[in-house]
Order: sequence, then structure tokens, then C-alpha cells
Amino acid sequence: MSVLAISLPGFPDSTPVAGLAGGVLIGLAAALMLLGAGRIAGVSGIAARAFGIGAGSMPRRGAWAFLIGLPLGALIVTGMTGAAEPSFAGPAPLIIAGLIVGIGTRLGGGCTSGHGVCGMSRLSQRSLVATATFIATGIATVAIMNGLGIEVLL
Amino acid sequence: MIRGILIPLASGTIFGAGLALGGMTDPARVRGFLDLFGAWDPTLAFVMGGAVLVMAAAWLVQGKLLRPWFAEGFSLPDRSDITPRLVGGSALFGVGWGIAGLCPGPGFAALAIEPVSAAVFVAAMLAGMVVVRVIEGQA
Repeated sequence: MSVLAISLPGFPDSTPVAGLAGGVLIGLAAALMLLGAGRIAGVSGIAARAFGIGAGSMPRRGAWAFLIGLPLGALIVTGMTGAAEPSFAGPAPLIIAGLIVGIGTRLGGGCTSGHGVCGMSRLSQRSLVATATFIATGIATVAIMNGLGIEVLL
Repeated sequence: MIRGILIPLASGTIFGAGLALGGMTDPARVRGFLDLFGAWDPTLAFVMGGAVLVMAAAWLVQGKLLRPWFAEGFSLPDRSDITPRLVGGSALFGVGWGIAGLCPGPGFAALAIEPVSAAVFVAAMLAGMVVVRVIEGQA
């Protein structure tokens, strides 16, 4: 695991090798969805489809299969690399954040996967604008919370 | 029939593995990337960069295909209009992403890592999606 734990000079918490490897896997997963099934691997849209919240042409059993795969894949990796100790927010911020993410991704027509990975790689103007926007407001949100001294991760 | 399940299942599993390997199932790492003016952690840029590079190659291959390998046809977005809804929705999404350090993919993937927290986030996210549907259904 030593290679995966390499950090960038000046950024002791960074793991660029693990990040790049994870990113390549995500790209391969999205490529399989595109070339194999002819669809965009956009998690928010697939989730809406699976739960009957959003319309769409994707068969619902396929949407469910994709969603079930997400924790399955994470389980395989943590089983191989050993479970890290992630820090999650408490219930109140998780609920507030979840509601906002649900509303925002439906209005914006996608999230980090659909716009950020699938759309940006296609140079979709909508996805470039969406991704620049959510990264900007994400950075602003963390900066404001830090400025106000609001700690959410337990 | 069966391939209608196998391809998405394989894609979702590889996707979830990539999220976990890239550290995206750890909200501290995601918020570290968004903490540009603090203790910035550039890891997410490598995740996004790796994914976009591979996917850019996939789009080149897609352009030469008449149909997908295991499906009858492509079903892809073709809009190019920038609307207030797109910008406003994405802006909102970023706020929620920043608050808890979770977006939809890692929310589902983290069900295998921190089940209760991830389930709370996913349930709230689905509720938010229902809110949009209910409001738009009445409009």
C-alpha cells in the first residue's frame, strides 16, 4: 500500500497515486456504461430513476443494479486495503446537506459523476458550467463554515 | 435481459471501487479539496482528472460506434442550453456537497463503510429529489 500512500510535497494529507488510480477506475466504469449500455453513469439521475422519482429511459432494474454495485465496489476495496477511519458529519448536517444535494442535483440535472466526469470529458457546455458552479459554491461553503468556526465532521 | 443488469452492476461496482480507492468515500478528504483557502488537499483533482481522461478516450470510441456493445442504441443527453435552473441547481448542489463532504456517488458507496451516516444522507437526498418532483408536479 506504500505507493498508494505517497503524498505531494507540501500537501501531507494528499494521496495523488491512490486518487489517480481511483479516478481511472471511475473513468473505466463510466466508459463501460457508455460503450456497453449506451448511457451516462450519472449517479443522481440513476438514483432518481431507481426510486421512481425521475423519468428516464433506463430500465429500473438496471438502475438498481448500478446503485447496488456502488457499495459493493467500496466493500471490495476496503476489504483489500483495510478500512480507513473516515470522518462523517452528524445527523443534522447530513440531513440538511442531503436535502440540498437532492434538490440541487435534480434542478441542475446531474452531479459530480454525470456533469463532472461524463459531461466534462465530452466538453458539454452545460456540464462545464455546472461543474464550475458546484465546485465554486462548494469551496465558498467550506470557506464560510470555516470562517464561522462551524465544525461538522465528527 | 441478463445483460441489462450485468453491465450496470459491473459499472456500479467498478465505480464504487474507484470512489473508495480515490478516498472519495471519506468526507474529510472531499472537504479538504474544497478547503482551498485552508489546508487544501488536491487529491480530488487527481480523481477527477483520471476519470475525465479515461472518459474522454471513451467518447472518442463512442463516436465510431453505431450502437453500444450490449444495447440497441445510445440514450445520451443532447442539450446545450445554459439555464438559470442548471446554474441555480448546481450552485445548490455545491452548497450541500460542501456542508457534509458527500455527493450522490460516495453517499451510496459509503453505505458499505459507514452505513448509518450514509443511509441518513441518502434518505435525505432522495427526499430532496421528491421535493423537486412534487413542486414541479404542481406547477
